[in-house]
Amino acid sequence: MAKFAKKKDGDLPAVSTASLPDIVFMLLFFFMTVTTMKDSSLLVENTLPNATEIKKLEKKDRVIYIYVGRPTQEYQKVFGTEPKIQLNDKFASVEEVGSYILAERAKKPQEIQNVLTTALKVDKDANMGLIADIKQQLREVNALKVNYTTYEGDAFNNLQ
Amino acid sequence: MPRRKGAPEVNAGSMADIAFLLLIFFLVTTTIETDAGLDRMLPPMEPPEEDVVIKQKNIFTVNINKNGQLLVEDELMQLKGLRNAAIAFLENGADGSCNYCKGRRDPGSSDNPTKAIISLKNDRETKYSTYITVQNELVGAYNDLRDRESQRIFGRDFTDMEKEYLNPETASSIRDDLKDKVKRIQDMFPQKLSEAETTSN
Repeated sequence: MAKFAKKKDGDLPAVSTASLPDIVFMLLFFFMTVTTMKDSSLLVENTLPNATEIKKLEKKDRVIYIYVGRPTQEYQKVFGTEPKIQLNDKFASVEEVGSYILAERAKKPQEIQNVLTTALKVDKDANMGLIADIKQQLREVNALKVNYTTYEGDAFNNLQ
Repeated sequence: MPRRKGAPEVNAGSMADIAFLLLIFFLVTTTIETDAGLDRMLPPMEPPEEDVVIKQKNIFTVNINKNGQLLVEDELMQLKGLRNAAIAFLENGADGSCNYCKGRRDPGSSDNPTKAIISLKNDRETKYSTYITVQNELVGAYNDLRDRESQRIFGRDFTDMEKEYLNPETASSIRDDLKDKVKRIQDMFPQKLSEAETTSN
């Protein structure tokens, strides 16, 4: 029976943690691939409306963003509560939209300059008057492709 | 004394720590953005060369007032009914040249889908959310019709085909094949959605 006598008593064997880095790396790569860095912080409230017939905005480098909405709480004292336009990191007036689009367009490589899309991220409580003015500005600089960015959801929820 | 072995082994015990650090950084900065929306084309600034005469019956007017009420073809309408009204208008096919239309061929409505135009007007005080809902319903009307024809001819939804066609990861051989199909369906129901400048009262 000497063969079986050498059993260790009590001690649980330690769990090997050698594969822990592999698991962590896997997670790391997942988050690295899905991450998009936020390039501008929002100064306006931005609850987008819902829509069902939406198309995904592919190729982030071909998109110029325009945000519209009421200024957030901390800016309301200075800028009031009427919906405003945000370009990059600051508030802007309607007249600045055209030059902003031109400036952004000039920054992009030549070959994609005429396939750019303007994504309008507009708060659902904004009025169409401001949007109409922006649209007019976009037409003037010939940025005709627009995307009204929305969430996916039943469009009739917007009306409540 | 010469060394027998090569370079000494680097201790990789802290690799997990470094990876964790990076992981936590990316976890914190991640915003899985859902950028999707309604694609639209704005009309170009310069008016077309010659004036095109469009018959009144080929225009489907949608007016939104500042309270979010709809006036469709001079009649008050609920938003829920807009999609069906737009579909009925688009595939009316009064001149009989559209053999895939299932409309009523009402002589007072549109001639055929390639001539039918939807004109959308809104007030400056219309809420953006209402506007998007209306846009969504009108685009939905086109998509419903295109899906139906696409199902009939190719046995597949148009929106589904278009999504695959626009996806940059789709192989180019498949994309070439889809391009013709998408084009064909688009030509059957071309999206003619005009937006006039907004009125102020």
